Order: sequence, then structure tokens, then C-alpha cells
Amino acid sequence: MAKMMIPLGPQHPALEEPESFSLLLDGERIAAATVALGYNHRGMEKACESRTYIQDIYLLERICGICSHSHSSSYVQAVEAIAGIEIPKRAAYLRTLIGELERVHSHLLWLGIAGHEIGFQTLFMFVWRDRELVMDLLERLTGNRVNYGMNTIGGVRRDIDSTQTEEVLKALDILEARTSYYIKVCTEEQSIIGRLAGVGKLPREDALRLGAVGPVLRASGVRRDMRKDDPYDAYSELDFNVITDDHADVLGRTVVRVFEIMESYKICRQVVRNMPDGPIAVKVPAKIPTGEAFSRYEAPRGEDIHYVRSNGTDRPERVKVRAPTLANLASITNMIEGGYLADVPIVIAAIDPCFSCTDRMIRVQDSRSGREDRYDWAGLRQYSIDWYKKRGVDLSQTKAAWKD
Amino acid sequence: MALSLINILIFPGFLFLSTLALAFEYVDRKLCARMQNRVGPPWYQPIADFIKLMSKETVIPTEANPSIFKSIPIFALAATASAFLYIPIWGQRSLYPFDCDLLVVLYFLTVPTLTFFLAGWFSSSLYAEIGSIRAMTQLFAYEVPLYMALLGPALLAGSWSISAITAFYHQNPLLSLLNLPGLCVAIIAAQGKLERAPFDIPDAETEIVGGTFTEYSGRYLGLFRMAVDSEMVALAALISAIFFPALLPANPVLGLLVFLIKVLVVVFILAVIKTAFARFRIDQMVTFCWKILAPVSLLQIVIDIIAKGVILS
Repeated sequence: MAKMMIPLGPQHPALEEPESFSLLLDGERIAAATVALGYNHRGMEKACESRTYIQDIYLLERICGICSHSHSSSYVQAVEAIAGIEIPKRAAYLRTLIGELERVHSHLLWLGIAGHEIGFQTLFMFVWRDRELVMDLLERLTGNRVNYGMNTIGGVRRDIDSTQTEEVLKALDILEARTSYYIKVCTEEQSIIGRLAGVGKLPREDALRLGAVGPVLRASGVRRDMRKDDPYDAYSELDFNVITDDHADVLGRTVVRVFEIMESYKICRQVVRNMPDGPIAVKVPAKIPTGEAFSRYEAPRGEDIHYVRSNGTDRPERVKVRAPTLANLASITNMIEGGYLADVPIVIAAIDPCFSCTDRMIRVQDSRSGREDRYDWAGLRQYSIDWYKKRGVDLSQTKAAWKD
Repeated sequence: MALSLINILIFPGFLFLSTLALAFEYVDRKLCARMQNRVGPPWYQPIADFIKLMSKETVIPTEANPSIFKSIPIFALAATASAFLYIPIWGQRSLYPFDCDLLVVLYFLTVPTLTFFLAGWFSSSLYAEIGSIRAMTQLFAYEVPLYMALLGPALLAGSWSISAITAFYHQNPLLSLLNLPGLCVAIIAAQGKLERAPFDIPDAETEIVGGTFTEYSGRYLGLFRMAVDSEMVALAALISAIFFPALLPANPVLGLLVFLIKVLVVVFILAVIKTAFARFRIDQMVTFCWKILAPVSLLQIVIDIIAKGVILS
């Protein structure tokens, strides 16, 4: 049979978000693969420049529906570093608690999706049922299931009381029992191991060379975790292990994630037991002094980097976000080439991709001529002025809302 | 003449089979849902789905051959409906038994898989083509073990007629215990034939969207789904006729009831298999069928030949 090119995406049942993978098929094997980004650019970084520091928290929290706390934490850390603010200890502990509960819910969500991708609906249904426990817990603590609105510059916005502490501990016990069962399923069930072992290999050297982060990197045997390497919040005072695995395949990534959930329970218990008393936030002036900072945060998907530059006003001059998916996307073609078509969905899912968080550009192509147009900010502004001029409206004297 | 028409169109023919197909689709879906800790659909869901599909707009790809595209689902349904006529459902005899009807039923039950292949191939879509190739690859993997598993009991009974096989095991119920390995093979191969998880490789949605049925919609998709459901009933009926022939009352009404219970048991086992495993990869599926199912079905034949020599002589 001749080789054929099949598209996987931008619209495909295996992908939750638009992304284009072109696979050159040789029978059932993948001969070559290309990835094209750029279907879901939302212009958030630019939008941050026209909002105040406080408003930006709300915007950046909505970069990702799953690691929302990670993005907002990473951003406020950067702003606090510029302003030279030390947050109260209780606030650091509360951020850690929400961050770890978020990791639990994100990893459980991933495990369910992994089950769906390998056609194991039962695992998907069971895991997502139990994920509701942690979602309910997050709602009870913060008022929201996904965008918690917990962070603010200088601390957190909500305190937790003793009844909520009790609820956390009770839910953690049930979740821990459930998770131990899933660990058993993922490490002993033969039909799962048959689908995951040896699939999407990424040896240690390749993982380092291609700049993989998070569970993907740790599954290739590299001990790298921002919570240990560059501790933030309360992590330097907590006792936990960095989970690594030497499988360097999808099975390894699964094992790393399920054991990380167990570590998160351990961290949550310590946080709740050792929670110091005191204020939960310090007052921060609206205007942040001139400076720049970048902060690293271990999101469930890997290292999340935010860079903020301030110019002394109440709005940032530049905000740059590097979502963990961008770092992991580079190794995707390596992982799927030479494998089976049937394994492509699970290999892509195994980096726990979040394409909307990653896109920074949109590519518009004329479907008939194939011509592409690229505009920078000034070009786009000029284009709009010309467009309106043709229709009798002159906007050339209008002041630009943003400096280029 | 009138009676034959009623037999073919109403009972035990087309209408009865369709009703059973929808009823067992409900049973299958509900069982899976309960095993997955979900609520599951209400009893009328399969009927509602069918009516909805029938009333929906049908889109035919411009590059597909419209006459083939439209006629293929009817072939699939006709083949399973014909197969069902030769399976005994209320006693030891089917409606029109003849010598070698087992083979005819097996061939009729192979036709749906071939129509899936043709449907995918003629809808000229990439995903459908890959689904077609997978359906064919899978056919070569499970068909041989399935035939051999059914051959064993037939050898022991000394007949190719389903009615004669049922009558033989009805007289010697203990002998059907010898066919247990064949039963296991037949049920697993049936799961492959029906393209259900873990062998839903030809329409693995996360890999190749809708597989062979990617381009099908509306009426024709509804007919295909009906054909798949009827195929499940026909296969379950065939398995229960050959492997659980005991407990057949002479009263036709009671006989029908017993038949339904037996089919229910087979559907239950199929549902358990569906919920308990992750989807196989096509290479794993072929290896599994040739390395495990085929030897077990050969073993079944050996057991039956020895039993024929030792016990019956």
C-alpha cells in the first residue's frame, strides 16, 4: 500500500483543543510527523498591558482551565519579586494547599483522558467520578471549581477555618484509598501495560536536548522539579519526594503522575497540620516600581514561566508566559515517528497538552491561493486605518491605545 | 405462502429480530453503564436513537458512489436477518432447517464485516479507508478461530445442521461441557466480529474518528447500527444454540423464554468484556487471535474428535 498523509486535527476526537498534526502513514506505522501550532491565539499577553496588575491576575488565571492556580501564582510571584514584597507565611501555605489540590485534580483528569485515548472507558468513568471529590473540595475552599480566584498580589484572598480543614483531611483519606487502587490498575493490569509500555519512547538524552519539562522529563529519569530546585511558597519547609521513573515511555509518564498524586496528598496533610496563624495578605501599592522579574512554578504539566516588566505605573509594560506544553511539544514528533497510528492519541495525550495556553501567533492562509500574510502590531494598525479610510472613516489621528 | 411471509417479515423474522436488536442494545448499554458506575440510558433510548437517525438529513460525500453508498447498509441488514432465520429460537428446530445451514449462517454473518469494508472503502475518506483496512485485517484474525470453535461441536454431533447439533446436545447435555474451550473462543471472537471494545479497532474514535462509518449519517447510519445490533443478537443466538443446548422445554412459549435468557447471558458476558479491557492495537489483536485463540480452537477440535472416538463408539 502507498504511503498516505492523514491529518490529525485541527478538529479530531482525540484532541480537546485545536492543533494540527500531519502524519505520513506507512500502513499502520508513522513514517513522519509534523506539528503546526497556531489555531487558538487569544492575545492575552498583549491584553495584560492594558490592564492593571490586579486585573491581570483574573486574566492570566484564565489562560488555562486546569492549571489556573499555577498561572496566577507564577504571575503574582513575579510581581511580588519586582515590588520586593514578602508574603505572610499563612498565605504561602494556603497557596501551596490549593496548588497541590490542583495537581491532584489535573493528574486525575489526565488519567481519565489517558483511559479514554486507549479505549478504556471504564477507567475514564471511574477516575472522573472520584475527581469530583477534589473538585468539590476546591469549591468548598475557594468558592469555584476551576478558576479559584485565590491569589492576589501580596497573599491570598480567602482564609480557611477549622471545619474546612476537617473536610480536607476527610476527603484526602477517601482520595488516597481510590488513588492506591488506580496505581494498582495502572501498574498491574495487562491490557493497559500492553498499550502503554514501550510507546512514545523519549530517552533521557533526547528529553534533555529537546527541553522537556514536568512529568515527561521525570519519566525519562531526570530529577527536576521546581518545588525542590527553586522552592517557592512553603515547599522548602515540607517533606516530599520527587517522583522519577526510568521507563521513558507513556507507561513511565503514567506511573510518575499517579505517584505524584500520592505525594500531593502527603504535602496537603502537612500543610493543613502545620498551617501557621497570622494574616493572609499584605497591602501592596497599586503602582509597582520599575523593574523586571521572572518566576518559575511547577504546574501539573511542568515548569511554567512568567516574565513581568514594570515601568512604575499601575500597568505592566510586558508580560510573557511560557506554558509547559510549549516546552514539551518539541519532543512530540520524536515520540510518534516510527510508532503505530493507534498510539498517536495516547502519545500526544501523555504530555498532557494544553494547546490554547501555548499559542502565541495565528497564521492566516488563503485557502485558494495559499498566500500567507503576517502583520506586526504597527502593520496591523496601519491595515485597520487603511480599511476604514476606504470606507470613508479616517482614524489615522486617533491615539494608539498601546505603545508598540 | 402467507404464513411464510409472516414468518420472514414478522416472527421470527425481520420485525422480531429488530425488536430484539433494540432491546439487547438497551441491555448492553445499561449493563455497561452500571458497570462503569453511570446511570445509563432509559429503556426507550435505542428506539429514540433509531427514529432520530431515520429522520435526520443524510449527507453523501461528492466523491462517493451514491448507489453503492446507499445500498451497502441494506445488504448488511439483509444478511443478518437471513442468518437469524436458520437459528432455532423456540425449540430444537429452526424455521427452515437443512443440511449445512451452520455454514450458511456463518457466511451470512461474515457479510456485515465485508459491507463495513466496502462502506469505508467507497466513502473515499482517509479515516474510513484506514478503518476498512483494519476491519479486513481483523476479519482474518478472528474468523478462523470462530469457525474452528464452532466446527468442534459440529464434529462431535456429526452434523452441519444447527438444528441437528442442538437436538444432539439436548439428548446428551453432559457432552456440551466438553465444548467449554470453544465457547470461550467463540465469545471472544464474537466480540471482535461485532467490533466492540477491546476490539473496536476499525472504529476507534480517538484514532480514526468514526472509522468505516465516518462519512455515514442519517438513515444509512441508522440502518448500519441496526445491522450491528441484529448481528449481536444473531451471534448470541448462534452461540447459545450450539453451546448451551440443554434445558429446552417442548412448549414453544417456554422455549422462547429460555432462548431469551440464554441470549441475555451471552450479551452479559459480552458487556463484561467490553467494560473490562483497554482497546487492543491491531498488531496485538492479530497476535492474540493467532497465538491464543487459534490453538485453543484447535484443541477444541482435538477434544471433540477424541470424545467422538472414545465415548460415542
